[in-house]
Amino acid sequence: MSKKYQVTTTVNGDEYDFLCEPQQTLLDVLRDELTLTGTKEGCATGDCGACSVMVDGGLTCACLVLAVEAEGKKIDTIEGMADGDELHPLQRKFLELNGLQCGICTPGILVAARALLERNPDPTETEVRYWLAGNLCRCTGYDKVIRSVLAAAKEMRGA
Amino acid sequence: MATILEKPGFNPDRKYKVIGTSPVKHDGFDKVTGRAKFAADIFLPGMLVGKFLRSPHPHAIVKKIDTSKAEKLPGVKAVVTRDDFPELKQGTGGGDMTRLVMAREKVYWAGHPVAAVAATSESIAKKALKLIKVQYEVLPFVIDEVEAMQPGAPILHDYMRTKGAKDADAEKKTNVVERLDLAQGDVNAGFAEADVVVDWSFDTKPMHQGYIEPQSCVASYSDDGQVDLWCCTQAPFVYRDRLTQILKIDSSKIKIQQSELGGGFGGKTTFYAEPVAIALARKAKRPVKMTLTRSEVLQSTGPVSGTHSRIKMGCKKDGTIVAADSELVFQTGPYTGSAFLNAPQAMLTRYDIANIRTIAHEVVSNRPKVSSFRAPCVPQIVFGVEGVINEMAKKIGMDPLDFRMKNAIAEGHKTIYGQTFNRIGFVETLETAKACDHYRSPVPAGQGRGIACGFWFNRGGETAGSMQLAPDGTVTISLGTADVAGSRMSMAMMAAEEFGIPVDRIRATLADTNSLGFNRVTAGSRTTFSSGMIVVDSARKIIGELCRRAAKIWGVPEEAVTFEDGHCRPAGQNAGDFDPLSMKDIASKTTPTMGAISGHSEMNVTGAGPGFAVHIVDVDVDKETGLVGVKRYTIVEDAGKAISPAQVEGQFQGAAVQGIGWALNEEYVFGADGRMQNPSFLDYRMPVASDVPMIDTVIVEVPNPKHPFGLRGVGEVPLTPSMAAIANAVGEVIGIRPRSLPMSPPRVLKLIEEARAKGLLKG
Repeated sequence: MSKKYQVTTTVNGDEYDFLCEPQQTLLDVLRDELTLTGTKEGCATGDCGACSVMVDGGLTCACLVLAVEAEGKKIDTIEGMADGDELHPLQRKFLELNGLQCGICTPGILVAARALLERNPDPTETEVRYWLAGNLCRCTGYDKVIRSVLAAAKEMRGA
Repeated sequence: MATILEKPGFNPDRKYKVIGTSPVKHDGFDKVTGRAKFAADIFLPGMLVGKFLRSPHPHAIVKKIDTSKAEKLPGVKAVVTRDDFPELKQGTGGGDMTRLVMAREKVYWAGHPVAAVAATSESIAKKALKLIKVQYEVLPFVIDEVEAMQPGAPILHDYMRTKGAKDADAEKKTNVVERLDLAQGDVNAGFAEADVVVDWSFDTKPMHQGYIEPQSCVASYSDDGQVDLWCCTQAPFVYRDRLTQILKIDSSKIKIQQSELGGGFGGKTTFYAEPVAIALARKAKRPVKMTLTRSEVLQSTGPVSGTHSRIKMGCKKDGTIVAADSELVFQTGPYTGSAFLNAPQAMLTRYDIANIRTIAHEVVSNRPKVSSFRAPCVPQIVFGVEGVINEMAKKIGMDPLDFRMKNAIAEGHKTIYGQTFNRIGFVETLETAKACDHYRSPVPAGQGRGIACGFWFNRGGETAGSMQLAPDGTVTISLGTADVAGSRMSMAMMAAEEFGIPVDRIRATLADTNSLGFNRVTAGSRTTFSSGMIVVDSARKIIGELCRRAAKIWGVPEEAVTFEDGHCRPAGQNAGDFDPLSMKDIASKTTPTMGAISGHSEMNVTGAGPGFAVHIVDVDVDKETGLVGVKRYTIVEDAGKAISPAQVEGQFQGAAVQGIGWALNEEYVFGADGRMQNPSFLDYRMPVASDVPMIDTVIVEVPNPKHPFGLRGVGEVPLTPSMAAIANAVGEVIGIRPRSLPMSPPRVLKLIEEARAKGLLKG
């Protein structure tokens, strides 16, 4: 058994302590140790974006971060996106405009899209497409995903 | 009483309240909050991690497997090999299935499982795999299907003889599983009438279904032999029956609960890890989770068949197609199961052609076994057919849509496979395409426009489900088909329409295999149609019972009660003067005395309505790099009746972008060592959001009279013409119609050079 390391981190505003092996990723720990399974594993190589989370405010594939690197960091996952019962406008627009089918890529896309709208509240279609180019979706052909993001951006701008 | 199959009750004048709207999917909320449980999200107390050891060789005899060191590693709780699975005869369905999940005599592709380990952590499981010693006798291998057909090619299975082989070939050892001949009329006589003949050869590469969720399952095995299995599957009941077959466990002792399904597209109709996880759980006496890695998914779960084909067609000057003569070759991997029969049946079905001859071969080779994918084996061949058709239209100077219209089939057409079509909507689909904005608008400068048409049978089949009315008047539906993209919501909508109540009073759930009768796999675009029939039939049974109980409450004969908008009412003025009784009124009042009200239905559903689509695509091509850009894409397709139009559009759009990937980029690359060279999403590159435009959709609605609401399946038709339409568009830009997929930059660049040399290149 490999030596385990103790890590203290904040996830969705709550403080967590966990033990992890040195090779375990943040994704492994979120899912297997903290059972925050909203963050999905599609490839474990940083190519599909299903495990998109925020680490200290930066959009990151959780599969590319070692769990020990999360020490003292602030992690935000899909589970913290809604404000209590109030869905984030992105979540609501994805529901209203059918921006999801099977739903496996949806958490990652929502986290990534929120990161986009935080830095660019009025993106063009092309900007949304390039920003989300790291998030694979095989069901939707992206059409309704992009429309959902644009509609949420519009609503959030109050336009 | 007539069954719903005999009397579906389709009424063209019916005005719908719920059907045709696009309410928020009930399963959506959990999917946007991260709460939805996919198979990998399931945890059981004491659960172990299971991992496969896979063969590095594409073809080898497995001489000896020594697991003793691995078993001794602390934390390892079970190791299984071929010895842990019952022997079933090679070359039979069960024999192939058990060998697919765990090699026995030989390994047949680089990636074939030879052992598996269950341990207390992933790192220990991985360490244990390295301690297993497998002794192989490496054999010559063959990857390409055409090479595998040649004399002297390495033979995979000594017992194999070609089914349907002619004369001398019938007794030879071979890699050709089956030869299939399908013909009507006299092709030679047909070609004699032709003014124009086009004879082209094509090849396509395998692509992967590309679901984002790798296969995952959790198995537990109790001391008294009860198996509980959670997995992502399109076919829970089929999995159960196959597990019974290869593990020799009674079906009554296997309970499968399907999880949320993170994409399937046909690829999750066959199991890989499930039997092995059960074997590990049995040995370890603890639950085991097995989740495939992405490289395992790409290397060892079914891609689609790569193909070689030669398609020759002839037409008269007036556009009448007079003959079609084709030879097709399909990869299947080491075991049969490509469903290649679909191709000769579907490739031309939409055109009225008197003389047809098709010879199709399915061939084994040392690559992963193929699996189903949206209209299995059809889009690859339509890629060729619609190219040949376009070329004929061009040669006689006819508009490509008019040419197709000239040959289009309609109601009453008898297909080459013997079915006579009821009402179909191909002509309406073509007319709609011709009138749509995309087709009427001029082709932008420097771009090319391609069109192509496709067909899929759409299926029915064995389906069972049940429906329960709770005392509070709300309804739950238990389904045995999988929900691949939102069918639970469509079921709730159909029930809501039948009852005349709001859809939010209804919830559809996915039942486990103990709770319902057998359901065939969710495939063939059958689920919304087939389970929809079950739902409407069950709702009608509940409505009948509600009327009986209302009659009792009122003390009138049953005929004096009618049901409308969720209420029993007196059927007419003579029936008496009673206030309407709601579903809640009756259920709450009578459940304590007469028992629960429920409906269930089990049937082999027939009457699926065939579907047709036209795709219109504009592309540009970078003549320096060969990069193809899809600029505009429109799908026109007959849905019969769109239950939820947004979901139907989603099916069209998703299929189109899968088609773009297959057309332009996706392929399996094998090295000289017989191993897949690109088993990651970095190197196996599927379309990303910035690669594609918005996908426009036009839903045509020519109702299927065999369904109460007229629906047709929509999942597969929209992939069938995609690569053909894109290739036709590329051909318009560069002057040569590509005949090889994918149309990746190096291949397109070569064609550009060829076109330039021949003086065909425009611009």
